[in-house]
This record gives sequence, C-alpha cells and structure tokens, in this order.
Amino acid sequence: MALRNIALLCGRTRGVLATRGAAHFNFQPTEAPKEYGEERTKMNLCQAVNNAMDIAMATDPSAILFGEDVAFGGVFRCSLGLKDKYGSDRVFNTPLCEQGIAGFGIGVAVAGSTAIAEIQFGDYIFPAYDQLVNEAAKYRYRSGGLFECGKLTVRATWGAVGHGALYHSQSPEANFTHTPGIKVVVPRGPTQAKGLLLSCIRDDNPAIFFEPKILYRLAAEEVPTGDFMIPLSKAETVRSGKDVTIVSWGTQVHVSLEAAQLAQEKLGVSVEVIDLQTIQPWDEEHIVQSVKKTGRLIVSHEAPKTSGFGAEIAAAIQERCFLHLESPVARSCGWDTPFPHVYEPFYLPTVWRVFDSIKKTVNF
Amino acid sequence: MSAPFSIQCFTCAKCKRIFNASAEQNAMVINNSTGAVVCQGCAEPGNTSSLAPYLQMIQEATMAIPKHVPVKPRDLEAQTSQTTRQNQQAAFTEKLEFIDSSKSPAIPIYRVTDGLGKFIDPAQDPGFGKEKSIRIYETMTQLNIMDRILYDAQRQGRIAFYMTNSGEEGNHVGSAAALEAQDLIYGQYREVGVLMWRGFPLEQFMHQCYGNSKDLGKGKQMPIHYGSQEHNFVMISSPLSTQMPQAVGSAYAFKRQPNNSRVVCVYFGDGGASEGDAHAAFNFAATLDCPIIFFCRNNGYAISTPTTEQYGGDGIAGQGPGYGLHTIRVDGNDLFAVYNATRHARKLALSNKPVLIEAMTYRLGHHSTSDDSTTYRSADEVQKWGSGDHPIERFKAYLMEKGWWTEQWDNEWALQVRERVLTAFAASEKIQRAPYHEMFEGVYDGRQELDDHLAEFGTHYPLDRHLKKN
Repeated sequence: MALRNIALLCGRTRGVLATRGAAHFNFQPTEAPKEYGEERTKMNLCQAVNNAMDIAMATDPSAILFGEDVAFGGVFRCSLGLKDKYGSDRVFNTPLCEQGIAGFGIGVAVAGSTAIAEIQFGDYIFPAYDQLVNEAAKYRYRSGGLFECGKLTVRATWGAVGHGALYHSQSPEANFTHTPGIKVVVPRGPTQAKGLLLSCIRDDNPAIFFEPKILYRLAAEEVPTGDFMIPLSKAETVRSGKDVTIVSWGTQVHVSLEAAQLAQEKLGVSVEVIDLQTIQPWDEEHIVQSVKKTGRLIVSHEAPKTSGFGAEIAAAIQERCFLHLESPVARSCGWDTPFPHVYEPFYLPTVWRVFDSIKKTVNF
Repeated sequence: MSAPFSIQCFTCAKCKRIFNASAEQNAMVINNSTGAVVCQGCAEPGNTSSLAPYLQMIQEATMAIPKHVPVKPRDLEAQTSQTTRQNQQAAFTEKLEFIDSSKSPAIPIYRVTDGLGKFIDPAQDPGFGKEKSIRIYETMTQLNIMDRILYDAQRQGRIAFYMTNSGEEGNHVGSAAALEAQDLIYGQYREVGVLMWRGFPLEQFMHQCYGNSKDLGKGKQMPIHYGSQEHNFVMISSPLSTQMPQAVGSAYAFKRQPNNSRVVCVYFGDGGASEGDAHAAFNFAATLDCPIIFFCRNNGYAISTPTTEQYGGDGIAGQGPGYGLHTIRVDGNDLFAVYNATRHARKLALSNKPVLIEAMTYRLGHHSTSDDSTTYRSADEVQKWGSGDHPIERFKAYLMEKGWWTEQWDNEWALQVRERVLTAFAASEKIQRAPYHEMFEGVYDGRQELDDHLAEFGTHYPLDRHLKKN
C-alpha cells in the first residue's frame, strides 16, 4: 500500500504544505551502495522515514509509535498509513505533552517493548529534557545495567524550513550531545534517514533522531526498498578533496557541497565534505584521518556557533591534529541569536558564508 | 485547647498495676538502671527518677499532632500578610468506595441565549447598550473578514503563515469585553479578537504578518505572534502553555501592589491544557491565591487530535475543583455567557480567588495554513458547527431583534471592512523589512562579521527587502 498512496497524498498536500520562496540550497542525491539492496524506488525523506518505521514495526511486534497527531499520519505525513496497517494500539495519539511522551516512551522501553516516540518539532523537545537527560541517558548507568531503556528512539523534526522563525527552526542537538548516555543522529537525505532510523530503533541505546523538515519533500532519490541499516557512529565522506575538510550534518551537508563546488570552480581549491551522521558518539577517527590529509577544517552547522557541536569537534581535532593544522579550525554556523523570521537568509550559514570560510581558511 | 490524645494511664512494668497518669502521677517513677516505668512499691530505693518532666513532654508532643486535623503549613508565616491556607477537612468513612468519575454528571454548560440568539432567562441579559453591542459585533465580523483575507494571502505566498480564529469570535470578544484595559493578557495564539477588542490597529496586525520594519516585533517572529505593551497583551510565543505559569507569576506580583486593580487572564486550548505547565500553573495559582483567570478555549481539536484523545475525565473544567479553583464551564459561542462568566470571574480573581473558565466552542478553520483538516474530520461536522450555533450569527440575531442592525448595513459593513483590510494589507506589503542588524538586537553581538561578509557577498542576499542601516 504505502509508497504509492503516500506519493499521491504528498502530491495533493504539497500546495497546503508548500514553503514560501526558494530554499537556500539544492539537494544533492547520493546513490546508495549495492549492499543496501538492489531494488530501489524514488522516495522523499518523509516516505523514507515512513518506510523505515513500517519495516521496524513489521519485524518487531513489540514496536509502537506514538506522539501528537501521529494517528492520522502526522503533521508532516511521516506516519501515513501506519495506524491502518498496525492498529490503533500500536500507532496512536498521546495527549499534548512532551514530558509525558518522553517519560511514557522510557517506560515502554524499560518494560521491554520498542518505543518510537515522536516530538512534533525539535523546538518543543525541552519539556522532555528532564526525562531524556536525567532518566533515559542515565538509566543503565545508575542501575549497574539492571535496568535500561535502550529500546527508546525519539524522533523530532529539526532545522530551518524557510519561515519557521524561533520555534519551528531550531537544531537542538548540542543540548543533548553534552549528556553522556544518549545517542544523537541526523540524516542528510532519504537513504540515510531510512538506514539510520532503523539503526537507531534497533540499537540497544536510547537515541534521538532529528529529521530535517525542509528535506521531507525537497529531498528525493532512489532508495533501496529492503530492510537495511546504516551503522551508527560512522561518518561518510560525501565528496573527496585534498585541501580543506568540511564536516557537517543534515541540510547543511548540501550547503557545504555547493560551497565546495564553488570553491573548486572559483578558487581551484579541492574541498572534502564529510557528513557526520551520528553526532554523538561521533566518528572522531574518520575526521582525524581527513584533517591529517588536508590540514584544514571547517565545521558548519545551522545551530548557533557558541557551544554548538562544532565547538566540540574543533576542540577534539586541535587536540588530535595540532601539528597537522595549517589554519585554525573554523566554524561557519548560525549566529548567536534566536532563530529569526524575516532575517533567516542572513542568519543561516549560507553557501556564501561557507565559501567565505573556505577562502579565509586557505588564505590563512 | 484540650488534647485529643493524652496519656491516660501507666502500667507498672513489674506488678502490672494500672495508675491514672494525671491523678496519680507521683505514684509512678522511672527505674534508673532499667529505664522501666514502675510504681513506688516496685521501685529500687534511691535509684529512681521522677516521671513528671516526661509526662509534660509527652503531653506537649501529643497535643502538637491533633487527631484527624491536618497541620497548618504556614504557621511560621502567620506574622506576614500572607493568607494562610487551610487544607480541606476530610471526614472518615468505613465504606470501601472508589469515586468513579464516569458516573458523576459532567459540569453543566452555562448559557444565556439559545442557538438562535434568544435570551432564555432575561435576567441574565448583561444589558449592553446599542453602542457596546455594535462595537462587539463589528469586532467579531472584522476579525472574521481579516482572517479570510490573510488566510488567502498565505495561500498566494504573500505571507509565510497564518492561523484563523473562525468560530471563536464569541470567545474572544466576550471575554475581552468583560475585562478592563489594565488587566494583563497572556495568550496562546488563537486570541486575535481579544487584541482587536483592545484596539490593536488593523495595520499592526498586517505589519506583524509581513514582519516589516513597522512590526512591533521587528519581524523576528512568525505571523500571528502578536504582542503589545500598550494594550497589555504579552507577546505570543509558539510553545504551548508556557504562558500559563508565567501568567500566574505576574498575577502574584500584581497582588503585592498596594490597592491592586489588575487581574491577569491567560488563554490556552484543550490541547495546551495537557502540558505539564498547565498543571504547574493551576497548582501555583491555587496555593498562592493569585488574581488570575484561566480561560480555556475548548474548541474540540488540537491539530488533528480530538478531545476524546486529549483527556479522560470531565474536560478541563473537571480538573479545576481538584486544584482548588473556582470553576465554570460556558457555551463559548454564546457571547453573553462568556461575558457574564468572565465578568464574575474577574470579581473573584480580584479578591485573589483564581478562576478557571472552560469555554466550549468549535474550531471551524484548519489548525493553520500548514494543516488540511479534511484529512481527519468530516465536512459534515464542520458544516454542522458552522451553520448552527455560530457566535456571530447568534449575536447578530440579538442585534437585529433589538433593531440596532439590518441586513443592508451588514452587507455594507462587510464591504467596508473588506476594503479597509485590503488597503491596510496592500500598504503593509510595500513596507520594507528592518535593517538586518535588527537580528542582533537584544542578544550578544556578531554583526561585524556579518557586515564584513556582506561587504563582499552582499549581492547574494535579499538586501533590497530590508531598510539600510542608519
């Protein structure tokens, strides 16, 4: 049922959900490796997430999906058709309460069932912060392994969408990377979304999976239809280069790829772009190897610069690669302001800001 | 006061005789070597202590914990002006009986007019004069028309986002008209009629939706996130129910002002009432006796979630008494009922008795321009609520019956309002946005780096949509 109907419905609702104006990037599709499966079909990120959850629920009878408005399909249609397929005891709306969703999800996991908890917007994850940081992340540690909630996965939408302003655009990953005990994952496209989400759901640790909402419709590519997983804590080099390394995640990977292409054309600089994928625990080794090769690193993320995850990467890399660095580690990020509405084009680390950063880095 | 508990008698540890503790207290002593309480006859000579000081201690201890009467928690603060709370006194019962809330009748819905706008009990007519009645009607209809135009504007890509208030005009204007200008309002996001009643100019609504340089918020927030210090309406924020405990705090601060004449009214929806912040707010308001009105707009849906999935008890009103709040449920589409209830609630709140009003209404429009409600509710349902029981229609019937309004004026008025809204709209669209530095106002600096970047790469940015920096 799922995919074709979703395509029709997404098409029909496109007018309703259309964002205003052009996006600040072009989505760069990637071709999935053969080992993820031969049979493929065109999916956007929303459909890929739907597909992942469908597979998770089909293969794990204990898996349940819950959150605000998930029953009718979700405000972004990610759970379309799942209630009809798996029943309302497995796919259901909760009352409007993020702290409840998180706590409930932990309890489901403690009892041995797989919990897929949806937080409608990452901007609204904060009421759940206590449960996630003080409980989920510490469950196994504080009980000496007697109790754990590894079967919990929290999905939340994430990042700039063109007009989301303060409360529909945030990238809250750094609020969670600071807490040992919980994993944080961000996909850059449909294939990654499917494979990484399945990994998060099946991973034995509580995880937060942030879905870049601007990519739900915009990002479409051929995605393997079978059951495949992309390993957590493994970064991926999306574009090879030898002069500068850019580390990024989510939507910003595509911005970085465009900036890299521009740098090649206009400056003759060869830029390597790496998608971190798992933000915590991150694939430090992969980045180290790249920086040892290029000697220059830029970290780029939408989240505000100060105390963003770029700060952690910069600190770790200067520790590991000090003598290899030809220039200071640069960070091309959102400004240290709340996410503004009409100033979004000026707030974001655009293709031009990243390009500017590349230029400054090679000319250091 | 006499102690409900007292030590009545002692038993001698050795001979087991019983002595009356008060009358025969000197007959008893403590054996120093064993610590046992014995009678003089069984005591070891020369090795005893008097029981008297211990009797005193025991007496005082038992008097301090009276049987069945809970301790007053604020005895220490009796010296301050803080009102001390008495928790409710509960009697004992020997019947094993659980309260089954599904068996209790639901809190009734207070109404003043029927579905056709006729007074049921004329004594409940608040007696608006012609001027006030017309102002109420004009505000409701202006809101309705502005909503339609701005909704369409979003569909055309002129503004980024919009939320309508369709069906809730009675809720907004009825409550707003019952409050005073100095009362502070905290809203959720679907209370435009309240702000409109208070006199927020039409142009300002437009400026905010466009986020241009004349917007009071300088374009930082999405459309419909209004606020106005002048009109005592706190700036809207998207997170649900965060405004609720804040409102309680403000109410408490007002309470402490000498001769306080302000109450706080905080609006929230049936969905928002599920948030933890709602619980915090209700509880704080009741324990701290705050001059606050909690106004719940129960419009049947939280995006796609119907109220059957939002709560298991008797709605939001059913929760009020549990917290110790004066509570009423009203017909939110009956402007008179909303008005009367809010007016009375205001009196209660001003005497530091917090109140909960649950106004039952229906969200006729989609949740927002990002929602298509046909995917989760039937057109029949919307049609039913839209045609019968509409707050504007009901109030219009009253106006017409009084002879203060005609169909002809109604048509003319609608055209007039439409033109006014469209004019304000067109004017607002042309106004540029504030200089991009506004993004950095109110937070830490970073603008120099952006200035430098734009000096080189400015052509790639929509600078023409923004005013130049001074």
